[in-house]
Amino acid sequence: MIWQTIMTVLTVALILGGLLFFTGGTVGILRFPDFYTRQHAAGKLETLGLMMVALALALANLHHFTIPEILTSVKILLILFFIFLASPTATHAIVDAGLRAGMQHWRKPHRKER
Amino acid sequence: MLNLESQSRQQPPANPKKTGLRKQRRATFIFMATTLMVVWVMLSGRLDAFHLGFGVLCSLLVAYLSTDLFATHFNLINLNLVLLEHVRYLPWLFWQIFLANLHVLKLALSPRMHEKLDPHLVRFHTRLESEYAQTSFAQSITLTPGTITVRVLPDGVFIVHALDEDSGNMPAIRYMEHKVAQTFGEDKS
Repeated sequence: MIWQTIMTVLTVALILGGLLFFTGGTVGILRFPDFYTRQHAAGKLETLGLMMVALALALANLHHFTIPEILTSVKILLILFFIFLASPTATHAIVDAGLRAGMQHWRKPHRKER
Repeated sequence: MLNLESQSRQQPPANPKKTGLRKQRRATFIFMATTLMVVWVMLSGRLDAFHLGFGVLCSLLVAYLSTDLFATHFNLINLNLVLLEHVRYLPWLFWQIFLANLHVLKLALSPRMHEKLDPHLVRFHTRLESEYAQTSFAQSITLTPGTITVRVLPDGVFIVHALDEDSGNMPAIRYMEHKVAQTFGEDKS
């Protein structure tokens, strides 16, 4: 019983945390000034949000420790692993493509040159 | 797949010693067959003799056919060491990712965001040598403190896009490089 309660609390906390990061990512995409800074919001915040939500789903799935349920959770973890690899790669490729195409990045109006 | 095959045929084998290459091929074969078998069991979820038997057959066949593609690229002899170091590296990385995300989240929600943002490009040289270490380092940079790896030039020059003044500071990047070097057994200091 206590085990169930701990699971539920952990799951809810993870989902809420993930949603917070998703919200932050969306707000970031809308507010940041240019293409590159938006990639920061999209690439990082969405990755962590998705990872937390996926982890929560994997935990929520484990009501009983039977083989099919454990396998489903492992599959969710596998999805998480591939996102963890693919998301930074995609971010990197998009940003690189932007720079190759000669797009200038946003600068602070009165920035000191280095 | 076809593309990979033609590439590996053009390149001479990385290891000129025949016995070393054979050892490496055997290690690659065992590693691949085991991985494929684990994936098979995970995805099929049936543990009766018929399905497991098919799994063993298929993983052995696929591993046999594709060992040549990977044996010259992978160095699996010291894989155990690298995996062990990853167990130490990954929790630290996840914690860093979490901190970095809090930082970007604060920026995104901050009312004075435009004053805090200060995007700039950083260019530096890395001492990591193997491609795996460089790739891993690039991925880690992209996931952590407000930085995205834009490009890795062949001689180990990294170009990084940093979101604000704090994010692009060199000591943090160097510290992460040191961690990656430890993980891949390239720490010479």
